[in-house]
Amino acid sequence: MSPLSQSHGAKFTRIMSLGAARGDLVVSNDEIAGPIDSSDEWIRQRTGIIERRRSSDAEHAIDLAVRASNEAIQSAGISPDEIGAVIVATISNVVQTPSLAALLADRVGATPAAAYDISAACAGYTYGIAQADALVRSGAAKHVLVVGAEKLSDFVKPTDRSISFLLGDGAGAAIVGPSDTVGIGPTLWGSDGSKWDAVGMDRPLKEAFDDPEGEFPTLRQDGQTVFRWAVWEMAKVAKEALEKSGVTAEELTAFVPHQANMRIIDEFAKQLGLPESVLIARDIETTGNTSAASIPLAMHRLLQEHPEASGGLALQIGFGAGLVYGAQVVTLP
Amino acid sequence: MAHTTEEVLAGLAELINDETGISADQVALEKSFTDDLDIDSISMMTIVVNAEEKFDVKIPDDEVKNLTTVGEAVDFITKAQA
Repeated sequence: MSPLSQSHGAKFTRIMSLGAARGDLVVSNDEIAGPIDSSDEWIRQRTGIIERRRSSDAEHAIDLAVRASNEAIQSAGISPDEIGAVIVATISNVVQTPSLAALLADRVGATPAAAYDISAACAGYTYGIAQADALVRSGAAKHVLVVGAEKLSDFVKPTDRSISFLLGDGAGAAIVGPSDTVGIGPTLWGSDGSKWDAVGMDRPLKEAFDDPEGEFPTLRQDGQTVFRWAVWEMAKVAKEALEKSGVTAEELTAFVPHQANMRIIDEFAKQLGLPESVLIARDIETTGNTSAASIPLAMHRLLQEHPEASGGLALQIGFGAGLVYGAQVVTLP
Repeated sequence: MAHTTEEVLAGLAELINDETGISADQVALEKSFTDDLDIDSISMMTIVVNAEEKFDVKIPDDEVKNLTTVGEAVDFITKAQA
């Protein structure tokens, strides 16, 4: 018999609390419309966005992450030193390395927690929840801080008509910990790298570095390809996540999809055939698309507006550059 | 069973009406989706996916960009059924 022992953790897990931070500036459609030769009406009609939140020069992704995390830690009623791992989902860390997570762990007093970033774009938060659930159940950590943190305005091009005008800055945080009952259902996740080019950076860093006259890499997308995939393929994933969790659409309290575009959210809800009783998160209207931060931000707002939803079941689904996706049914904290 | 050109046009007009509210008699073969019917790229994709289901054909993303008029879409769907 092997002398090795294996760790064992909590039988069940749940999201104990959430925290939210949005960029300190409100940016209207009128402020964005000029360089893309557009209008407030055009942007509202195509995206459902009325305004988005962005950060001033002085506010960085780490600042947003710290604010959101402190709220989540306080709401969970735990001490930062009870956090065994810090996972940050982000595509807007301004350096290749080190991670945003290590800095965040230090800033919130969670050192020496394990800390690492996830590159799964708009699905990053759901990947983080999947990992946190596994870490707590395996005994690798008692509590995990999962954060989606983005300052996407560092990576937008004002003249880009494909994605830049959708984007906002913010951070959403969750504490995942042990639970007496199931609070996080099975994760349905995956990737489709055959559509690697559909959304992402428009050029490699090295190429930009070697071309000092050229432009800094920024985000862009093939909107039609992404829209089709995000609605019809993701509707299948969402249905499968419900089935895997043993939950019907009628049993859901809320649907919290990645806040990519209101048209995607509307069509998505239609394809899923959600009953009218299900609350649908529509934070994009005033926050914009904040990639990895969008699901926790949207869920946080939904709970502020509907505190009675706490304890109910929510289907959350993230999808984005990779392409990658992740979905799970969770109990609302 | 394969649909005739007239059937595809009528079916497409119905899908366009469902998505955009444009009346079916406005949908003629020579009309441009964007310039004449003012259909945006997201609505276009919704119509494409619904057309795939209705006519049991595949319309790849790359092909959608080539379908600028109703006639081109009808033609593509009619041939794809064969």
